[in-house]
Amino acid sequence: MKASQRSGQSRRRKEKSIRILFFAVASASILTLSLIIIFLFMEGVPIFEKVSLKEFILGKYWYPTYDPPEFGIFPLIVASLAVTAVASLISIPLGVMTAAYLAEIASSRLREIVKPIVELLAALPSVVIGFFGMVVVAPFLQNTFNLATGLNLFNAALMLAFMSVPTICSISEDAIFSVPKELKEASLALGATHWETIWRVIVPASISGISTAVILGMSRAMGETMVVLMVAGGAGMIPTSLFDPVRPLPASIAAEMAEAPFRGDHYSALFATGIVLFAFTLLFNLVADHVSNKYRQVGAATL
Amino acid sequence: MTDGSISKKALKSLSLPGGGRGRSGENPGDRAGVQSRRKIIQRVMFAFFKAAAVINAIALMIIVSFLVAKGYRAINWSFLTEPPIDSMTKGGILPCIVGTLCLSLGAIIVALPIGVASAVYLHEYARPGRVLRLIRLGINNLAGVPSVVFGLFGLAFFVVYLQMGVSILAGCLTLGALTLPVIIGSAEEALRAVPDTYREASLGLGATKWQTIYRVVLPAALPGVLTGAILGISRAAGETAPIMFTAAVFFTPSLPTSIFDEIMALPYHIYVLATAGTEIEKTRHLQYGTALVLIVLVLGLNLVAIIYRARLRKRRTG
Repeated sequence: MKASQRSGQSRRRKEKSIRILFFAVASASILTLSLIIIFLFMEGVPIFEKVSLKEFILGKYWYPTYDPPEFGIFPLIVASLAVTAVASLISIPLGVMTAAYLAEIASSRLREIVKPIVELLAALPSVVIGFFGMVVVAPFLQNTFNLATGLNLFNAALMLAFMSVPTICSISEDAIFSVPKELKEASLALGATHWETIWRVIVPASISGISTAVILGMSRAMGETMVVLMVAGGAGMIPTSLFDPVRPLPASIAAEMAEAPFRGDHYSALFATGIVLFAFTLLFNLVADHVSNKYRQVGAATL
Repeated sequence: MTDGSISKKALKSLSLPGGGRGRSGENPGDRAGVQSRRKIIQRVMFAFFKAAAVINAIALMIIVSFLVAKGYRAINWSFLTEPPIDSMTKGGILPCIVGTLCLSLGAIIVALPIGVASAVYLHEYARPGRVLRLIRLGINNLAGVPSVVFGLFGLAFFVVYLQMGVSILAGCLTLGALTLPVIIGSAEEALRAVPDTYREASLGLGATKWQTIYRVVLPAALPGVLTGAILGISRAAGETAPIMFTAAVFFTPSLPTSIFDEIMALPYHIYVLATAGTEIEKTRHLQYGTALVLIVLVLGLNLVAIIYRARLRKRRTG
């Protein structure tokens, strides 16, 4: 009796310690995220001894290697926002329509073909897409529109759009797919056509999932590095036209880090730029999380 | 209840012409016109939707076929088995292939155990509540961190603070952090697909929770977990920004001998040749060749995962 009781007790203790162990490992993601924040700030904050936060964010000139240097990332922020906005104009309709096509219209056979295509599009390495933008799209734009350079805002936005379409598409598709059948059937039974049902019943019912998809897609476009590094043109000025070369935040970090003297002003300014970029994407992600939690989708508990 | 109210609201917004109300003075010819107009609108809209899907397919096809057409001539045995020579204007890409394999396999060695254990906690142990929500928030936000920020983090933490230097180890750990959310996501999906009856049967036979997980649930979820691992490897193999400051160098003549060596990698090699070389035009064929090798590797791994997963699903439902 006593022996079995004791073994039961040790068994329970073992189970409990295993549970705690798993909890500890599961915290690794939060730990990593915290370390990212801590080390970005540790290396980035020293720059604010030289320039104020306001000068850094709103300063119009980014000349980190001049003497005296200028650390104003406003043009880079504008470039990032502009590239993301233009990319979204392309990727949102494309992604959501593809999602609706997959979830509602395509036969299951076609679905089996188109879905993997979207997944493969998502898998294309960003450096390859950037390379394609450089050697194919840039000369094409330059010749067609008679531009000084094909490496510009529009080219970068176009490439980014195709990188965020898969994100938007797959999350929207899940959302559309999980709209309860009853809604659709009721609408069809009332005499609505399939299109009217999609537009007025299914899309409204899955709008929270679609919004989440759109926000995450934009966040992806904003944080994407290699594409904007290779095809955005790299000019650190505020763009005035769609075909101006620009220098978004990630491009600036990636291009200059190798040359920045270790722990110098330029180095910490780049980390501070990283903080700003991280803050933007964090904001996007928190909004997406809020939307998907607060406006729970009809009939779906997940997402 | 919410379902009911929302469906009512949604249906109220359907002010269908000719639907339901039966207006008496209506001319039957008009109604037929409205009907056919509605059909035409549907057909036009569906054509747009289909076009959107086709555009994606075309984009993928253009990129892949372009790289194949331009790249296949560069690829031969010596391209794959020799190091670059003459300041990278000639020769092969062997060190880059080896480097990318080291980095992506290293990343998965880091991320797989942590990712699977996290998924086990989330799916098997955690109860809904604040802690679970916090962990999920952490994972979602980690998935959204820009790749260049991972690079900065790797530089500040692994390379500088932990004094690993620019090395394979630092690159693997950085890429591991980046692939962690991918692994957690797919491992959780795999655990979700294991029927609860398996767990109940095992627990009913007197097994403890851990015994159930270790002997029943994990073996059943293994194929799904492996699919996730393959996707993780392909993701890590294609990333450039995280290894720029942590592992990769322009050129190193020898293959790595330890995990503290610097390394060349396929994606970084493409970037360097395409942007930083003095003879960008002269090395174009090397760039195409390297890009082709990279996408064959990455898309190949993805295809394997996609086909494998489709088979798994079929077996499960069939």
